[in-house]
Amino acid sequence: MASRLQTSTSVLDVERVREEFPILHRTVRGKPLVYLDSAATTQKPRHVLDALARYYAHGNANIHRGVYLLSEEATAAYNGARAKVQRFINARVSREVIFTRSSTESINLVAQSFGRQNIGPGDEILITHMEHHSNIVPWQLLCEQTHARLRVAPIDDQGELRMDEFERKLTSKTKIVSVVHLSNSLGTINPVSRIVALAHERGIPVLVDGSQAAYHMPVDVQALDCDFYVFTGHKLYGPTGIGVLYGREALLESMPPYMGGGDMIRSVTFEKTTYADLPNKFEAGTPHIAGAVGLGAAVDYVTGVGFDKIARHEKDLLEYGTDALLEIPGLRLIGTASNKASILAFVLKGAHPHDIGSIVDIEGVSIRTGHHCTQPVMDRFGVPATARASVAMYNTRQEIDQLVHALHRVRETFPL
Amino acid sequence: MSDLRDLYQEVILDHNKCPRNFGELEEAHRHADGYNPLCGDRLAVYVNIDGDVITDVSFLGSGCAISQASASLMTDAVKGKTLGEAQQLFEQFHRMVTESETSVDIGSLGKLAVLAGVRDYPTRVKCASLAWHTLRAAFNDVHEPVSTE
Repeated sequence: MASRLQTSTSVLDVERVREEFPILHRTVRGKPLVYLDSAATTQKPRHVLDALARYYAHGNANIHRGVYLLSEEATAAYNGARAKVQRFINARVSREVIFTRSSTESINLVAQSFGRQNIGPGDEILITHMEHHSNIVPWQLLCEQTHARLRVAPIDDQGELRMDEFERKLTSKTKIVSVVHLSNSLGTINPVSRIVALAHERGIPVLVDGSQAAYHMPVDVQALDCDFYVFTGHKLYGPTGIGVLYGREALLESMPPYMGGGDMIRSVTFEKTTYADLPNKFEAGTPHIAGAVGLGAAVDYVTGVGFDKIARHEKDLLEYGTDALLEIPGLRLIGTASNKASILAFVLKGAHPHDIGSIVDIEGVSIRTGHHCTQPVMDRFGVPATARASVAMYNTRQEIDQLVHALHRVRETFPL
Repeated sequence: MSDLRDLYQEVILDHNKCPRNFGELEEAHRHADGYNPLCGDRLAVYVNIDGDVITDVSFLGSGCAISQASASLMTDAVKGKTLGEAQQLFEQFHRMVTESETSVDIGSLGKLAVLAGVRDYPTRVKCASLAWHTLRAAFNDVHEPVSTE
């Protein structure tokens, strides 16, 4: 299936891609849907929808310990999905891939397992000003529990990380660095390899939040040399409710379990329980088997289309969209980093983001408005909220034109 | 097919641009704050009451057009009314923006009826109703900011 999406040229055949996404053919409020909110969640290709349906219709059983064929098949499908994810991010071995519910759960797992074991009073956790709440609050909880201190590296007016300040905040007290790969509210791509190198010089492990990056660019955890990498299935054209934690094997081995329950044990008595090996140690309870299967299908789909084509297409849309938006009177882009992807966040003088969101919705265009779970970023730029259009592989220049047309309606409604 | 004028009627745009009764009432008898942190809409409502009658009412605020226009329209609507009449108006208004068309006597709402279009945009109901909840908080001497999120 994936291979038939390959074309001989290096240009993405976007019409062919759109054919694979049934939802793109519906209407909203009587107009064709223009979906520009993929940073919140991507739509799902038929390949993923079929894999989910096929699993439940023909392959459903609980995994592990079943001695019957169906359970063996389900176990193989689940482990097969793990192997696909391993190859997708170039992890050394599949037991370095832990399935979770979401990026959020993956970060909480690291905070509560690695963090509670290694971080104490007076220690520091270093994040950046552009983190999503999911990469802030788990560390704040940990700080409350351990009396550690959360430190924040600032960003500049373009929305780029201040590397000098970041380096200055790496101290002998820093016990972990946790940074976003691609900012969901600014589009900034952080220099992760450089961040990791600076931290490792001081022996500090690094977690990278790849929720937004994983569907825009190839991720190679060995090349990045990061210690943890988290992402979520539903932003990678896969189902909701399935996420990934990649962890360096030695670190995962040394960490205590996060949740207790079935499947994560070797043996249980009332006196003493011993834990299972990786990855099961971190996967208590019946996992989201269908979700993992769907994520595996999504990985196949994206790999089949090819990141070189996807990235080139999305870069074209970003540049086209940036130029088009700046033509609208009173529009200010929020997030203008030199290295950015996929995100067009903006405010419009005289029009509140929620009014922008409602009016473009009436025109059939779905964008997100609000603080995008990054309230500190809104405070940094002095705005209560922004409007955000985000692109994925299935978007077109015509859809950007639709957005611009809708924004002109906003401008007419709220004249300067 | 929806039209943006169903939601953004001229009267709403006018009240957003030139809000009525905008400003603080000096030494107001009652005052309350409303704040929706997720969207950033902020309101302060000030009320003077003589016996049972609202003799003066004003507001200060910032936020989306729906929240600001609703506050402006509300102040016009309740000035000179008794507390009981204002409460009834609130109930009618609330039904207009949350229930089906048939359940409300739109005629009794006067100019407030321009906000009926909000009904088709459930995420915006909180914007339209913030002013009314803040007014009620002022009647009831509630000192913490109220929210409709």
